[in-house]
Amino acid sequence: MNKVPSLDWDHSREASVLQVTGSWTLEQRKPELNDVWREGGRLPQQVMVQVAVEAWDSSLLALLRRMQRLATQQQVTLDLQGLPDGVARLLEMAASPSTQAAKAEPPEYGWIARVGLRAQSVATALTESCIFIGQVIQALGRLLTGKARMRASDFWMAFQQCGPGALPIVALIASLIGLILAFVGAAQLQAFGAQLYIANMVSIGMTREMGALMTAVIMAGRTGAAYAAELGSMQANEEIDALKTFGFPTLEFLVLPRLLALLISMPILTVFADALGVFGGFVIGSGLFDISAQQYINQSLTMLTLTDFLIGLFKSLVFAVLIGLIGCYYGLSCGRNAQAVGQATTKAVVSIIVALVVSDAVITLICTQLGI
Amino acid sequence: MSEAILVADNLSAGYGSLVIQRDLNFSIKKGEVFVIMGGSGSGKSTVLRHLIGLHAPLAGRVLFQGEDFWAQDANSRANLQQHFGVLYQNVALWGGMTLRENICLPASTWRPELSKADLYELAAIKLAWVGLAGCDELYPAEISGGMRKRAALARALALDPQVLFFDEPSAGLDPLSSMALDELILQLRDSLGATIVLVTHELPSIYAVADTCLFLDNKTHTQIALGPLADLLEHGPETVQRFLRRGEAVTHEVTR
Repeated sequence: MNKVPSLDWDHSREASVLQVTGSWTLEQRKPELNDVWREGGRLPQQVMVQVAVEAWDSSLLALLRRMQRLATQQQVTLDLQGLPDGVARLLEMAASPSTQAAKAEPPEYGWIARVGLRAQSVATALTESCIFIGQVIQALGRLLTGKARMRASDFWMAFQQCGPGALPIVALIASLIGLILAFVGAAQLQAFGAQLYIANMVSIGMTREMGALMTAVIMAGRTGAAYAAELGSMQANEEIDALKTFGFPTLEFLVLPRLLALLISMPILTVFADALGVFGGFVIGSGLFDISAQQYINQSLTMLTLTDFLIGLFKSLVFAVLIGLIGCYYGLSCGRNAQAVGQATTKAVVSIIVALVVSDAVITLICTQLGI
Repeated sequence: MSEAILVADNLSAGYGSLVIQRDLNFSIKKGEVFVIMGGSGSGKSTVLRHLIGLHAPLAGRVLFQGEDFWAQDANSRANLQQHFGVLYQNVALWGGMTLRENICLPASTWRPELSKADLYELAAIKLAWVGLAGCDELYPAEISGGMRKRAALARALALDPQVLFFDEPSAGLDPLSSMALDELILQLRDSLGATIVLVTHELPSIYAVADTCLFLDNKTHTQIALGPLADLLEHGPETVQRFLRRGEAVTHEVTR
């Protein structure tokens, strides 16, 4: 039943006659109209199109429409004959005039203008983030005076997710980091017979630096991304608009609980990570590099000062603020479709990690300058 | 208008342990407009998901052109599914693609022998049918909700489907647009010979287009009426008559 579709000039007759036969359906491989049309050579004023198809669907319409367009270009009139029922009507339906103005082309700018526009957009982004930070501080102020409109259940939900929920992964990563530090250090220190100093390196390295930083990196991927995606899809679903029209301050309602949850859980997670990291170092140091457990613990305890520990905690607080603010900021400034949510999440995680490392470097630099 | 193209055989609809409808038996004839109606929560959309192959029914069979749809493996099912066009309730246009790409993607995937010129022409034709001529290069986010619905219909028509499914097509449309959509449904049926399955509770639409109606009841959890609209109006169960008469009253008030 499926006859090969064909499109041929009928040369036996005087007038130019184009014959359309076979079954013109989407599945069939069809002769290319442009080639056939060219074969026709110089065409007379009128071309007769004889349609005698066995089966048809919209691919026949596509053919006829393209033919009509070619004919108009060459100022030839088409005489369509033998159209199956329905084709004429569908052609007519398809001939409805363009209802919409075509999309306006974006204006072209020279490179100076482009640099200027780019600078402008950076400036706007900076202003916007400053405004955002200011609003969050205001909201925190209202929270302290007890006027903030924040639901306790939102806070507990967020806390559950970024506190206890993150424990297993933080535990795993922190102990492995402790272990790695011990290995890397031991290889060097052993050359001087100074294995005992593994304890110094691991305990100070973990508490001052790696405990807070690694926890923050994990939380950036886990929680920062989640915040951006959550708020982003709320934006896409008009949920945030709904909050606004009911007069809810979105910042207090959405950002505060998430930020507070991070501010409380991050230091706790960091303490936990410090302990596990030191333990990881202890396992390697006392297990593989003949330091007795007692020696290792003593060495660690004499070296560790409260300052090291507090610096780590301070960093974790800074990191918590960065993760919470950046994650929520990108979520709230998200566009209204699925791609925008993805972009917001990507931007959030990338900016958080950059911000973490930069702020860590700055804090370390300040501490070194101050001699603490 | 004779042979059955889609048959539900003792179908139980639902998710997991939740049975929303049981013992559904109906056959949809080629070229008719088949309306699945019922109150909110009666499982209309769930039944539709079983019919179009998105979600396996709890029990029973769905036969498309005599083949048990759900007994096939995923590949042969996809092969059958290409004969379906679905207009989803939430439009579901792919946001990252222009309207033309939305239509060309299924067409070029399933009909690789189509030339690019033909593909573009097909997309233009389908958009023109639904009244969106010249919008080929716009993104879904750049057009209004009603236009998006029509664009989604154009996409559903991409492969010249044998069966067109509509899930609440007039939801969110103004009465005039919804009337235009009803007209379009009838035109597509008449010109393309497509079978139309319409899930709706919009009475004006039902009165305008329905050939056969299936009524799903949300209290007894099964079908309580099946037949031509006129029959149901005359002899249908009381629930169905009340449901339909309510609409009659409304249309009378409007025309007065």
